[in-house]
Amino acid sequence: MPLKPTWRRRAALALPLLFALLLAGCGDTSITDITHTPNMLDPKGPIALKESDLFWIILIIATAVFVIVVSVLIYSIIRYRARPDSPEPTQTHGNTRIEIAWTIAPSVVLAVVLVATITTMFQIQQPQSPNTITVNAVGHQWWWEFQYPDQHFVTADEMWVPTNTVVHINLVSNNVIHSFWVPQLTGKTDVIPGHDNQMWLQADSQGWFRGECAEFCGTQHAHMDFLVHAVSSSDYQTWVSQQQQLAAQPTDSVAQAGAKFFTTSACIGCHAINGVTTTDASRLIGPNLTHFGSRQWIAGGVVDNTPTNLAAWIRDPQTVKDGADMPAFPQLTDDQINELVAYLESLK
Amino acid sequence: MAVGSVATRSRSARRSWTQSAIGSWVTTTDHKKIGVMYIYTAFFFFLFAGVLALLIRTQLATANNTFLSPEAYDQVFTMHATIMIFLFMMPIWTGFGNYLIPLMIGARDMAFPRLNALGYWLFLVGGIILSLSFVFNSAPNAGWFSYAPLTEATPTCLTQAIGTAQQAAQAAASAAAAGGQGCFSPGANPDFWIVGLNILGIASLTGAINFVVTILRMRAPGMTINRMPLFTWMTMVTSFLLIFALPSLTVATFLLLFDRHLGTHFYQASAGGDPLLWQHLFWSFGHPEVYILILPAFGMISEILPVFSGKPIFGYTFVAWSGVAIGFLSFTVWAHHMFAVGLPPLAQAFFASSTTLIAIPTAVKIFNWVATVYGGKVRFTASMLFGLGFVSMFLIGGLNGVALAVVPFDYQVTDTYFVVSHIHYVLFGGSVMALMAGIYFWFPKMSGRMLNERLGQLQFWLFMIGLNAAFFPMHILGLLGMPRRQYTYPTGFGWEGLNLLSTIGAFTIALGVLVFLINFFWTMTKQRTMPGDPWHAFTLEWATSSPPPPENFVTVPVVRSRRPNYDLTHPDAPDWKMEH
Ligand code: HEC
Ligand SMILES: [Cu+2]
Repeated sequence: MPLKPTWRRRAALALPLLFALLLAGCGDTSITDITHTPNMLDPKGPIALKESDLFWIILIIATAVFVIVVSVLIYSIIRYRARPDSPEPTQTHGNTRIEIAWTIAPSVVLAVVLVATITTMFQIQQPQSPNTITVNAVGHQWWWEFQYPDQHFVTADEMWVPTNTVVHINLVSNNVIHSFWVPQLTGKTDVIPGHDNQMWLQADSQGWFRGECAEFCGTQHAHMDFLVHAVSSSDYQTWVSQQQQLAAQPTDSVAQAGAKFFTTSACIGCHAINGVTTTDASRLIGPNLTHFGSRQWIAGGVVDNTPTNLAAWIRDPQTVKDGADMPAFPQLTDDQINELVAYLESLK
Repeated sequence: MAVGSVATRSRSARRSWTQSAIGSWVTTTDHKKIGVMYIYTAFFFFLFAGVLALLIRTQLATANNTFLSPEAYDQVFTMHATIMIFLFMMPIWTGFGNYLIPLMIGARDMAFPRLNALGYWLFLVGGIILSLSFVFNSAPNAGWFSYAPLTEATPTCLTQAIGTAQQAAQAAASAAAAGGQGCFSPGANPDFWIVGLNILGIASLTGAINFVVTILRMRAPGMTINRMPLFTWMTMVTSFLLIFALPSLTVATFLLLFDRHLGTHFYQASAGGDPLLWQHLFWSFGHPEVYILILPAFGMISEILPVFSGKPIFGYTFVAWSGVAIGFLSFTVWAHHMFAVGLPPLAQAFFASSTTLIAIPTAVKIFNWVATVYGGKVRFTASMLFGLGFVSMFLIGGLNGVALAVVPFDYQVTDTYFVVSHIHYVLFGGSVMALMAGIYFWFPKMSGRMLNERLGQLQFWLFMIGLNAAFFPMHILGLLGMPRRQYTYPTGFGWEGLNLLSTIGAFTIALGVLVFLINFFWTMTKQRTMPGDPWHAFTLEWATSSPPPPENFVTVPVVRSRRPNYDLTHPDAPDWKMEH
């Protein structure tokens, strides 16, 4: 039951309080200069649009019911409040006809809601567009791995998609339950070990969209965010071919020292860098860092990807993200950390 | 008391122990005393869990706050809900049922007085065990529905984990590296939860069976099923729900215990188990549980609104049977907590339908309550204010509940603050408001003293303002994309102001609770000066003195209508002459 956007805007205007508060939600986030929001009432894809349309319908019905019932209640308590001279009330015990009527009335309203629910539910099951790509979203404690099986590369916490394209997403977890959610594009689907859940989404316009893990998954559930970046298909192609490349060879000497240090340190026990590390990447528990320098965030969006933040992260991940599965390395010297930072940031 | 010394004591010495102030409570099997003990203990846990709520709201008052560590926050939010549900709301309803049901139906006690006492003491033990978890810094921390496999461990990783927290973390990490053979909770946190809940489960079960037998077998002459007070009706439905729902929780938690300590794999996908089994088992208990928490509130409201409107409940039969209908339907809606788990669309359509269906009897009740007030002679006592507050606030909880049954919209708002708002409108706006109405209403009956009405009204307004400030913004937070159970949140999404408002609301509620405590302690210092029935009430408990004598009634009353006390006070126009 799609509504015209103007109609929705009018509905929003009719509710000044809500509208003002929603406006408050349209600001930028402080952790990146990228404008993005998890506001589900500002939909940017076909699924989220249908879902938010339903919200406005429900809101109108619910408000109407609330206003009617509470008005009658308030009228009754004012009109029939006890006064010294008020007569003894008639001892009515009920009225079967009225009661049948007000059993039927909500049934009808609810039936309408139910029909809208079920039709929309089936509508959003099946994608429309013929262009498709497939991504595997793997939930870890507490970050997201994105595998592009047809393009043969993996990345973390950032998923690029072409606009107006159906993105089929396979949801994988080998640990606890997570939930994949991009409010502006689609509602949630849980990521459950042993269940190969699938979902799809589509972005109708370019932009950055905030994604969040929505199922409580342990200590750092609060920092299991990700970004979906919807771009034109040519930008998408450029990004894919960049991600497919092996890690760049560092050119300046500090970064070169970092590269050397990385391959001989504990880092390779948990992180892969394609073309540099040799361990079987599928057995590693940390994010693949091949193109780490091209990403916006560190570790599930806990901080921006800046050299300073990265240095703090490598020195002691636990102060940045208490409980994360990466240990601190107190033995690292400032120089070593600077070298590692220079190297990792050079991995565009 | 040392066992050896008892034998050497004289008979009279023993009698004096059971008659001493403490002894008479410890050894009692009197339903009224047990009821009062339930109420006090449960109220203590209400304060406890309330403090936890304030900790949560303090942490969330500002973005990126570091007042609580994530580990502490997870324990606090889990225990807030666990205590509120299992140690406050359920037992306080049991307490009121204990006190009131025998009086309401004209019985001298519950059917099984000693079982009744056992139930209370088990409840206390369960409560102590759960609370002790804090002492060991191992409070449950996986949420009140503790989804497996987050709660999982294996016997091997548990043995490794015994020792420091450091070792526990290492055990978890090495298990994770070994291919996720489920060691996500190597601490004792889930074990406290499982043991505590199962003891509480037995306590609830004894209470439920006792209520059913008492209500079905112990009614005074003339008190037919059809004349029972609606609070009695709703307690009976609640008791049946407990009897049929609790086994699911027992099974769910025992399987988890087996996984953790005996090395089974019921919820471990990597070994052929299924995490969703937990959710199905848990919610087949968990949804009826929601009605276990709200149906007694429906019952109380159906007693209180009529008295202060000066006329009988509008549509007794509808109100009673809609409660029964809700009871049955509550077993068919559990998967509406699971719309995002990837159930087949047809199954989702079924659960959306059953959930929509259950809204109908609920709506009917609300209309009946409004119609009870309409045309009456409305007295604005504190109790009535809370009753009216209940109707309007529970209405919000019902309406945003219907919104959650709209599956595609639920995909968006499930696991966000929208849901937190919904449950608090139902459980605070609903259950707690009704409970306060009940406390102001029956306090004179139980203590022989009147709570101060002015302080009651002040408390009412603090509650109304506080709860709307605390819980209404949560709707919007959910719509703005704030997930629940986050120990902190970033700036920039419009969440800061709303969270701060919510925190202010929570503290306003706390102020209301403080006013209530002052009212209570102040009233308790006063003399008993109360007439038997200060309200012109309708039901049988008011036809005896306040507080009632040990066996409740001097002579067992004969009941001729639904409002026996009204009949007594209106000899010229009793109900039984008017009814046909
Ligand atoms: C025990 C395994 C382990 C070791 C050893 C380890 N890491 Fe990590 N690392 C992780 C995990 C797990 C994460 C993801 C944490 C999270 O987001 O919760 C991570 C995240 C990161 C990230 C952020 C990646 C992203 O995409 O946001 C960087 C950068 C990083 N590690 C660098 C290093 C460096 C440099 C070293 C060596 C000094 C190192 N790690 C050693 C496990 C490890
Ligand atoms: Cu998660």
